[in-house]
Amino acid sequence: MYTQAMDIPSPERDDALKARGPRSAKDAEYESEFDARVARGEFIEAKDWMPEGYRKTLIRQISQHAHSEIVGMLPEGNWITRAPTLKRKSILLAKVQDEGGHGMYLYAAAETLGVARDDLVEALHSGKAKYSSIFNYPTLNWADIGVIGWLVDGAAIMNQIPLCRCSYGPYARAMIRICKEESFHQRQGYDLLLTMMKGTAEQRAMVQDSVDRWWWPSLMMFGPHDKDSTHSGDSIRWGIKRISNDDLRQKFVDATVPQAKVLGVAIPDPALSFNEERGHWDFGPIDWNEFWNVVNGHGQCNRERLADRIQAWEDGAWVREAALAHADKQRRRDRLAA
Amino acid sequence: MTEASRQWPLWEVFIRSKNGLDHKHCGSVHAPDAKMALQNARDVYTRRLEGVSIWVVRADHIVASDPDAKPEMFDPAEDKIYRHPTFYKLPDEVNHM
Repeated sequence: MYTQAMDIPSPERDDALKARGPRSAKDAEYESEFDARVARGEFIEAKDWMPEGYRKTLIRQISQHAHSEIVGMLPEGNWITRAPTLKRKSILLAKVQDEGGHGMYLYAAAETLGVARDDLVEALHSGKAKYSSIFNYPTLNWADIGVIGWLVDGAAIMNQIPLCRCSYGPYARAMIRICKEESFHQRQGYDLLLTMMKGTAEQRAMVQDSVDRWWWPSLMMFGPHDKDSTHSGDSIRWGIKRISNDDLRQKFVDATVPQAKVLGVAIPDPALSFNEERGHWDFGPIDWNEFWNVVNGHGQCNRERLADRIQAWEDGAWVREAALAHADKQRRRDRLAA
Repeated sequence: MTEASRQWPLWEVFIRSKNGLDHKHCGSVHAPDAKMALQNARDVYTRRLEGVSIWVVRADHIVASDPDAKPEMFDPAEDKIYRHPTFYKLPDEVNHM
């Protein structure tokens, strides 16, 4: 997920906040009508009037979500040629293709807010727009492919299900489509890990090593603690965010602990224990220094991921130009023939 | 504008999920021409048998009503409740009509 960047300071967010607030009597009237519609649980559609802060917040969130899907193809794509069987390779190809598709649904949803796709891509390449920090970790062994499906996509699902009820119609509809497909991602990951756990001691050790590396970064995907999450207020009032970071993180831990037991892996947190009073699992402190370090560009793979994206975009430039030139030529021929 | 800086046009995508149902809007794709728009729509929106037929329409060819004109467009229908069958209260014996 994907929406963690909502809580991370950036010039874009500051612009969104500055843009808030009515500028004229007419706008004030529209804005109170807009607030009432959102409060009634109505959907806002593309051409409807909306406060500038709402529009900018959505562009920022949806495009960063799209970038995360696209960059998310890289760590998994790394293993397509090394999948152990044809079955696993077919599954992984389908999953990576889905991530590309999710990026496309989301870019299309962002474009309904009046922004050009090329400008969104440019914001990613220039480093102005962020993507989920989880993809700046490397995929070191085959079990990582399973753990990404189980934990990373599992955390993404927790985050994304409430977004299916987001107040902005095009985003909510894209999220419904994505959530349906995401379930396949999580289940194939868990299935892959179950298979490895039934294998050799070495395979089981690979799974444990992978869980050890991905557990904490997966918890960080939900973003900073609620008390440090300054931007959530507007998003909650506008019906963009429905459940707080900490609540989602707790739901994820509660759902995942029993799954780890079935799998037979240990979760690398000595403080993990069931709290009878709360009816939830308590867990240890998150290393926020690591989180901010990765968000600010100093993770293990930040540079590599961005460089790969930029290269793919530049390598594809001649194809985009040639396709346009071909379309222009066909149109000229059709006109001459007419 | 140079060739390199021109973005592929936007196409709206409509999918018929099975025969007997209408085509329904599901999103949009960028493509240089109609043929590639159909191919992209297939790859992006029908990876799981979601459709048996696809329409693509250049987004700038769609004419949409103005959301601000909603009252004058749609309110006139609001007080014509006699257009609905439930407006008519018939005796119980024949009310299944």
